[in-house]
Amino acid sequence: MAETNDFLRMEGISKSFPGVQALQEVNFEVTRGEIHALVGENGAGKSTLMKVLTGALHLDEGRIILRGEPVEIHSPSDSQELGISMIHQELSLIPYLTVGKNVYLGREPRRRIPGFIDWKKLYSQTQELLGQINLDVRAWAEAQDLSIAQQQMVEVAKALSIEADLIAMDEPTSSLTDRETEVLFDVMRKLKDQGVAIIFITHRLEEVFEVSDRITVLRDGRHIATAPTAELNHNQVVQLMVGRELDNMYPYSETKERGVALQADDLADGQELHGVSLELQGGQILGVAGLVGAGRTALAETLFGLRQATAGEIHIDGQVVKLHSAKQAIEHGLGFVPEDRKLQGLFLNMAVRENITMSSTSLVSNFGFVNTNKANKLADEYVDKLDIRTPSLRQRIRNLSGGNQQKVIIARWLTLKPRVLILDEPTRGVDVGAKAEIHGLMRQLAEDGVAVLMISSELPEIIGVSDRILVMHEGRVTGRFERDEASQDMIMHAATGGDNNAS
Amino acid sequence: MQASAKTTSARPTSAVILEAIRRYSVLLILLGIGLVFTLGSDRFLTPSNLMNIAVQTSIIAIIAIGMTFVILTAGIDLSVGSVVALCGALAAGLAVRQELGTFTGIGLALLAGAAVGVINGLLVVRGKMPPFVATLSTLAIARGLTLVYTEGRPISGIDERFTFLGSGEILGIATPVIILAIVFVIAYIVLRSTRFGNYVYATGGNEEVSRLAGVRTSIITLSVYIISGFLAALGGVLLVARLWSAQPNAAVGLELDAIAAPVLGGVSLFGGVGNVTGALVGAFILGILSNGLNLMGVPSFWQQVIKGVVLILAVMLDVFTKRRR
Repeated sequence: MAETNDFLRMEGISKSFPGVQALQEVNFEVTRGEIHALVGENGAGKSTLMKVLTGALHLDEGRIILRGEPVEIHSPSDSQELGISMIHQELSLIPYLTVGKNVYLGREPRRRIPGFIDWKKLYSQTQELLGQINLDVRAWAEAQDLSIAQQQMVEVAKALSIEADLIAMDEPTSSLTDRETEVLFDVMRKLKDQGVAIIFITHRLEEVFEVSDRITVLRDGRHIATAPTAELNHNQVVQLMVGRELDNMYPYSETKERGVALQADDLADGQELHGVSLELQGGQILGVAGLVGAGRTALAETLFGLRQATAGEIHIDGQVVKLHSAKQAIEHGLGFVPEDRKLQGLFLNMAVRENITMSSTSLVSNFGFVNTNKANKLADEYVDKLDIRTPSLRQRIRNLSGGNQQKVIIARWLTLKPRVLILDEPTRGVDVGAKAEIHGLMRQLAEDGVAVLMISSELPEIIGVSDRILVMHEGRVTGRFERDEASQDMIMHAATGGDNNAS
Repeated sequence: MQASAKTTSARPTSAVILEAIRRYSVLLILLGIGLVFTLGSDRFLTPSNLMNIAVQTSIIAIIAIGMTFVILTAGIDLSVGSVVALCGALAAGLAVRQELGTFTGIGLALLAGAAVGVINGLLVVRGKMPPFVATLSTLAIARGLTLVYTEGRPISGIDERFTFLGSGEILGIATPVIILAIVFVIAYIVLRSTRFGNYVYATGGNEEVSRLAGVRTSIITLSVYIISGFLAALGGVLLVARLWSAQPNAAVGLELDAIAAPVLGGVSLFGGVGNVTGALVGAFILGILSNGLNLMGVPSFWQQVIKGVVLILAVMLDVFTKRRR
């Protein structure tokens, strides 16, 4: 019976990498006109499965049946010719090329003269596609001039341009605001109505329940379950993903305040910040909410000395300080876990040990020479303390899951014993289990007296984790809440420019 | 549409001016230098001197155009100077010593240049070598082969048809300038209007993304080294044609000018940004500099220093006017 219905069947798919069995006899099927959510923790094999489907990886065993016919997919162009399109987790636009060139890369409309591109057709078709998804961008704008969200939508346009029957989306919403996510969902539903099959990978389960028809759960490279979304609830899915019950996503315990550790008065950077004041107590978590582009990262970077404040003052432990570099900020006891782990946080080609001890070389070296024993001891201590799951201290950091990478960055800061730790989207792209651990870790730090500033785009996280909440909109503070008085609606209202509690 | 128009007009005037300076900065530098020399020497702005500059610049400009293709893919070709010498020697030697005739000699020399490009490209694509190292090796090899083939002595005795390429005129325009014009127009069209050209930019912009989009990036990369090798060989032939003999030590260090020209012209060494017009303007900045400085009687040792300073200034101007994000 399934033979007739299923548009795509992947049967007994196995794939191994040196030392890792990434996929083990996974079965997965998708029918026309459905949005099929594929969920699982990081490392569960979702991305690997999609890469096999789109020809970026070759399967070791198993077969792929499309429209009832077995197919061989050896390269990305093979999969495109079969009508499969993939929106990758990492943005895959080339910054210097125009939107149109990006959309039609590899499939440019041709002119009669061999080898020549019909630019006029390329741009008019692109503009038409952009109109279909309500994206107000010019086809000949350079991709680098677009916001992250706009770039993400261009990826969707790219998938549409292939006229794909099957679109796989790997975390398309991870950098979108709620409103942009809604637009994307509308587009997805429209495509579904046209009979397109959509595979939707996300870490946000709320989205799964909002938009998907069926859910498939993977865990440790195995197929765990497939069921209609209506028959599952949030907790059941989490349980299937982690294989155990997570009783409390947001463990909260009140910690006592220990005086103002960091204070900012009317801080501005001349660009994105227009007068932001805040007080950060030792022993507390201050959540900073806002839409993408609200100036939250600018705030963090100014506090950490990466941007120059053009106006306003920063006080650390009551003293006015001028911060001109990250080094100065670190000397004042500040730490900063940046938004983009891979670009700003990690030495991707180095080992776990080096990544942990990089900032505290004075602790692990004698007369300028690194002492391996000391480094091992220090790294070991934090691997233990933060429960970082790695085969060894010498494992390259790029081979760890996102959650463990994030913990390594936090560990690096902890070796410096900071009094203030700023975390920019600490759980982005991190799976459910690791997310809860990072939340617990932040709470633990607060209990130890550290002042924690957490920037997050996820409202449940903001509300669940923070002691106090500050909401930003266009470089200004538009809301301040205590933990018990904040609701998602109130935060959203402030984040979209509505004024409720502004100072 | 309306909203996008609004964003453009909302940009502050200073940003618009900055953008204009950025876009035309090389041209401004070229004009500025020209102005200085016009004021500094009454022999500078004369038709015969301008043609002289064009002839002197044409060889380096042709090679710089080839280099631009390579740099656009985020690669580099250090072997061009040696290829100029090797292929110049081959063209003259095959034509004169092996008595194959001028056309066969030149044809084989151009093929040899393309062959060096194939080797460079394969070392990068198949051998996974960094372009810098791969072409540094072929720089040494090609120079060595030149010395072996010429036995360290110049080869002379090329015929008139050969020298015409370097010193002849068609309709009053020097042949090397005409050849440069043809090369430039073809390169311009290829980069701007063809799929290949588009893929050169895409590969340099992000190779992995391009590969996933179905672009055969290895073929693109291989091709740009072939183009560079071929155009370096063409430069070598023209050099011999101009000097009436092949010198085993010709064009030592020429790769530096061939890289400086596109960089001056705004071609990013990180790939994906720039065009051959920039490379052409960059080459002419270098050409006008040495011509003008000669006319003004600046000692050649100092000319090197000034060239370096101009390169720094040009790149700094580019960096400072670049939009911050």
